[in-house]
Amino acid sequence: MKILVAFKRVIDPDARIKLTADRSGVDTDSVEYKANPFCENALEEALQIAEEHDGEVVLVSAGGPDIDKTIRAGLALGAERAIRVEIEDTVLDSDLAARVFAAVYKEEEPDIFFFGKQAIDSDNNQCGQLVAEYLGLPQACFASEVVIDDDGEVATVTREVDGGLETIALTLPAVITADLRLNTPRFAKLPDIMKAGRKTIDVMDLDDLDIEDTALKIELVSLEEPSARQAGVKVGSIDELVDKLKNEARAL
Amino acid sequence: MANILIVAEQSGGELKKGTLAAVQLANQLGGGFDVLVVGSGVGGVATALQGYGAGKIYVADDAVFGNYLAQPFKAATVAAAEASGAKFIVSTAGTFGKDFLPRVAGAIGAGMVADCVGLAEGGLFKRPMYAGNIIATVKANTERVVISVRASEFDNASPVGGESPIEALSVDVGDVAARFVSFDATESERPELTEADVVVSGGRGLKDGPTFWNVMNPLADVFSAAVGATRAVVDSWDEVPNDMQVGQTGKVVAPKLYVAVAISGAIQHLAGMKNSKTIVAINKDAEAPIFQVADYGLVADAFQAVPEFIEKVKAAR
Ligand SMILES: Cc1cc2nc3c(=O)[nH]c(=O)nc-3n(C[C@@H](O)[C@H](O)[C@H](O)COP(=O)(O)OP(=O)(O)OC[C@H]3O[C@@H](n4cnc5c(N)ncnc54)[C@H](O)[C@@H]3O)c2cc1C
Ligand SMILES: Cc1cc2nc3c(=O)[nH]c(=O)nc-3n(C[C@H](O)[C@H](O)[C@H](O)COP(=O)(O)OP(=O)(O)OC[C@H]3O[C@@H](n4cnc5c(N)ncnc54)[C@H](O)[C@@H]3O)c2cc1C
Repeated sequence: MKILVAFKRVIDPDARIKLTADRSGVDTDSVEYKANPFCENALEEALQIAEEHDGEVVLVSAGGPDIDKTIRAGLALGAERAIRVEIEDTVLDSDLAARVFAAVYKEEEPDIFFFGKQAIDSDNNQCGQLVAEYLGLPQACFASEVVIDDDGEVATVTREVDGGLETIALTLPAVITADLRLNTPRFAKLPDIMKAGRKTIDVMDLDDLDIEDTALKIELVSLEEPSARQAGVKVGSIDELVDKLKNEARAL
Repeated sequence: MANILIVAEQSGGELKKGTLAAVQLANQLGGGFDVLVVGSGVGGVATALQGYGAGKIYVADDAVFGNYLAQPFKAATVAAAEASGAKFIVSTAGTFGKDFLPRVAGAIGAGMVADCVGLAEGGLFKRPMYAGNIIATVKANTERVVISVRASEFDNASPVGGESPIEALSVDVGDVAARFVSFDATESERPELTEADVVVSGGRGLKDGPTFWNVMNPLADVFSAAVGATRAVVDSWDEVPNDMQVGQTGKVVAPKLYVAVAISGAIQHLAGMKNSKTIVAINKDAEAPIFQVADYGLVADAFQAVPEFIEKVKAAR
């Protein structure tokens, strides 16, 4: 069984996000980069499935050479090799990213293509679904449980949806996007970190993947910080709280 | 011919209120809209939408749509988009719209504006990024555009009268390599989180699952409120289901009143509630970040404060 995992580098989810002085982008001066948390869940699930079904896990990431560090961190967790598609994320939108991944899928022909449900920087939540559409594959998004049958042919996936938990069965190959409750990602062990340095990162570009149309469908025009909420008051007692709710906010 | 096609969200034959936020966005975009209702036994949903000014209501009512699956819903939407000639295809940004709308975009070569929170001059759209810490203005370069609407940012459209004509839509869903197995619904007598006027949410400070409910149930009762929780809570306590999570990766709410009990106020949580009209925070740590967004902050132990708060709210009414 072969499993591809789309593994994205993002700004530390706990970093304080602010715009650069000229408001052209997010201030990345002193921020740390990490793997997208949802992609860590996707990778962990892929590793567990590979361990059980004698499989191979391959990472795929789109970006410049500076994302190699994040890719190596994923390799240290147990992925066998990685593919980096050389393209700056400033000239990507979800659709072009999805067309890149669909092209990589055709090269690799995996049984499962895992994504994170959303990237916590642009919060788009659409790459996995688009890839499934472009490839005509079934999808199970927002997965909180994945069970692969003994023959490795069917994935039974529980999805976290508004109003409850939905379970669907997909005939492989399929696209699955991971939610945070899918598993608890493992930590890398020191020897594995050393070994990861020697694993292969194949670099491809858009020519290699026969992608000619690089026009963005969605284009960022400008960014702003939302007006901060007026900090309110601390009340000294519950009587004061109830009084303010009743007479000031008129919320009772 | 309408400018916009709205895909109605429904559950068990009941219209979801978020659909009316999509109607509101359509009214702001202008140029008229059609509606698509997809499901099995959803005639009542179509009827419920007849008074909102749609040019036409397409209904794809068939057993294949009885249980939601992305590909059949995409096929129905693409068929309705062809029939209506719409430029904009709009639905809600809950797990429903987020699941199938990108596939619609892929199928018709459209760009997708995810989680739209408003329109901007010149046909542009606003959407949040980085857990709502940045609002981006984006331009769609494609002829047709798919939009998922963050319902909490729009008022529900009001009925305008009239009776939109209903038209049955037949859809070829093709072969689908996915099969519905089961749905485990969260049972609750309370209003839905995204539709409630008052939301009361609890955090990890409430100790454990049973204690969470002992504190939150009476509080929810007094406000007829929906109950929400932080990720820390739904992850650790089985008694609190996942779909109660409020935040960047859970539900986004903007009720008239939001009461946060024993919640620290992590940015990912704030992303889901900071546009509430009035926010009350009860936390024993005076430095908790939740106080930076709270209109009224009470530094107190929740186990003592909440029961007293309930009694005094009752007395004040
Ligand atoms: C300076 C700057 C300018 C930008 N300009 C634009 C713009 O004009 N228009 C626009 O739409 N976006 C723009 N972006 C954001 C763009 O680069 C996003 O990365 C792109 O939209 C794809 O990711 P997503 O966040 O939409 O994916 P989502 O759909 O939220 O991600 C879902 C999953 O897809 C996978 N994935 C997505 N991207 C990657 C990747 N690069 N590598 C590996 N896995 C991935 C991951 O598994 C992820 O969990 C800009 C970013 C920067 C920093
Ligand atoms: C990628 C990602 C996505 C995330 N998405 C979400 C999301 O959608 N929603 C979300 O909520 N979180 C999300 N999180 C988690 C988030 O970062 C926080 O960990 C979480 O919100 C903290 O929950 P909490 O406030 O309940 O717990 P804590 O941070 O542990 O806070 C507990 C609070 O209770 C107070 N307290 C303790 N005892 C009492 C008492 N007796 N009386 C009064 N106060 C008391 C404490 O002072 C403290 O402030 C996400 C994290 C990541 C990395």
